Amino acid sequence: MANTTQPATDLSPAQTVQQIRDERLKEVSLLTKIMRRPELGALAGLVLVTIFFISTADASMFTLAGIMNILSPAAQLGILAIAAALLMIGGEFDLSIGSMVAFTGLVFGAFITLSGWPLLLAIAATFAVAAVLGGLNGQMVIRTRLPSFIVTLAFLFILRGLSLVGLKWATGGSTQMRGIGEQAGEGLIRELFSGVAFEGVFSWLAANGLIAKFPNGTPTVTGVPVSIVWFAGFALLATWLLLRTRAGNWIFAAGGDPNAARNSGVPVDRVKTGLFMLTACAAALVAVLTVLDAGSTDARRGFQKEFEAIIAAVIGGCLLTGGYGSAIGAFFGAIIFGMVSIGLTYTRFDSDWFQVFLGAMLLLAVLFNNFIRRKVTGER
Amino acid sequence: MDQNVPLIEIRNLVKHFGSVIALSGVSLTVHRGEVMCLLGDNGAGKSTLIKTLAGVHRPTSGDFLVEGKPVTFASPRDALDAGIATVYQDLAMIPLMSVTRNFFMGREPVKGIWPFRRVDFDHCDEVTREEMHKIGIDVRDPHQAVGTLSGGERQCVAIARAVYFGAKVLILDEPTSALGVAQTSMVLKYIHQVRSKGLGVIFITHNVRHAYAVGDRFTVLNRGKTLGTYSKSEIQIEELQNLMAGGKELQAVSAELGGMV
Repeated sequence: MANTTQPATDLSPAQTVQQIRDERLKEVSLLTKIMRRPELGALAGLVLVTIFFISTADASMFTLAGIMNILSPAAQLGILAIAAALLMIGGEFDLSIGSMVAFTGLVFGAFITLSGWPLLLAIAATFAVAAVLGGLNGQMVIRTRLPSFIVTLAFLFILRGLSLVGLKWATGGSTQMRGIGEQAGEGLIRELFSGVAFEGVFSWLAANGLIAKFPNGTPTVTGVPVSIVWFAGFALLATWLLLRTRAGNWIFAAGGDPNAARNSGVPVDRVKTGLFMLTACAAALVAVLTVLDAGSTDARRGFQKEFEAIIAAVIGGCLLTGGYGSAIGAFFGAIIFGMVSIGLTYTRFDSDWFQVFLGAMLLLAVLFNNFIRRKVTGER
Repeated sequence: MDQNVPLIEIRNLVKHFGSVIALSGVSLTVHRGEVMCLLGDNGAGKSTLIKTLAGVHRPTSGDFLVEGKPVTFASPRDALDAGIATVYQDLAMIPLMSVTRNFFMGREPVKGIWPFRRVDFDHCDEVTREEMHKIGIDVRDPHQAVGTLSGGERQCVAIARAVYFGAKVLILDEPTSALGVAQTSMVLKYIHQVRSKGLGVIFITHNVRHAYAVGDRFTVLNRGKTLGTYSKSEIQIEELQNLMAGGKELQAVSAELGGMV
């Protein structure tokens, strides 16, 4: 393998290697190291937005209850954004995520109310349906070599339409399906996907006067909504996957240059198909979480979430051309989103400024990311 | 293993694409510790030939032997497993990824048990740093993006990667055609190093000077056929140039331009 005889031109013994190595490591300044992180922009953005709201918004925004208010929508978007980020790093888009939320919501609701399946089975089946649809998306993109943008745009409409038609068919004319919450029943599985977590910790904190509580002793915030726990867990898992595993390296490679990756033995098509399936499953997770939370599902669920997820991923440092980005960046991007959408109601500003802010943020992020990328890669 | 058995031997290789005859009888051998230069003008069939050797295309007819044994490759992966590594000019490295990630792309060493299996990046960094040092590339930090390296350095990293992963035969597809003078000499020097390790090298180029600088033998392709194979002692650089360009016409042009082509 590697250590064939050292060529004659190489005069340095192993010790010199050691020495030189240490010297060189120090030359990489901390600044360069920080600049090299794709999520830098999102983190900086989050700090800026936080400062903005601290100085303009009502103080109640940054109480425990206020933070949970911000994080709840951020979590739903974030789960989608992290999956979208992985897919974008892998060099593809999925515009059908939002419609996928609505469609898998309907599928899940139908399994519960029409088929009367137990919750666990219904959830597993919903994920299976999502995975098949995601795989179909992926295979279409790979086989036809069409841009994923156009293939998934078609699915955006197909799935949205199917959700509408399916809802009307299942409910006899309504675009809303009710009674899912009651049918789903209670139990451990239900608690994994709805309600709040860490209630014990929160009541203990309240009992010890560390967080706000009502006069009767129950804390004002009874726990962390499970969607936030899923969001944080998924962000950690995705980051680990991307930065520490083989699959992660293959995702970067597939998005960076599929030909070079194939030449080096990376199974590019399998990686991409897997990412499409993951994105669809993330949509299914959001569907299950929100449907169980609301107890019902409707055709507008997940509306325009595909754009928001892509925007959060871009704010998080993903390049539109693929091969570069971060999952934790998308995590921050989604929190920025939640903070701005909820935060404006705490200020004197009209909350319709949200969309203006969103567009401006996207533009800034793209410009900033381009600049950083050139700096880091020495591209000219 | 008998040292005299060629690493690669092809006899009368023919490749048709529908009605197009891309290769009409090419023969070639590559031995251990030898740089075989494959010369030919555009359309001579160089690309088809290397893609056949690399497992991308399957030959229509003819013999293809690796270390004396006949082989048929179904995919580039098979060729790689047989020890034939191809370094393509532009398609070797991913600029946005770090040197380490590029070096181990597709062959990442893992540690731990599933589902906690992860890439052993400490080991990867170590190896990358050492291998880069061996070829004299000033990589300050293996985490820096490949985009920060020069074209010559990238080409050298790609070659070093193939060597590290146990290639017996290296196919270099025009490794110097996009490079400046200093970078070209860097790559040529490295090809020389690789040969002294006992690998066989197939060096494809347009540039007779580059070929003559490191080549031991020269095979000239023209219109899908081998015009001949010559060892360095048998042929001068001018003759080689003429052979490659199809002789007479080029001489005439060359005379017109003052003998500078």
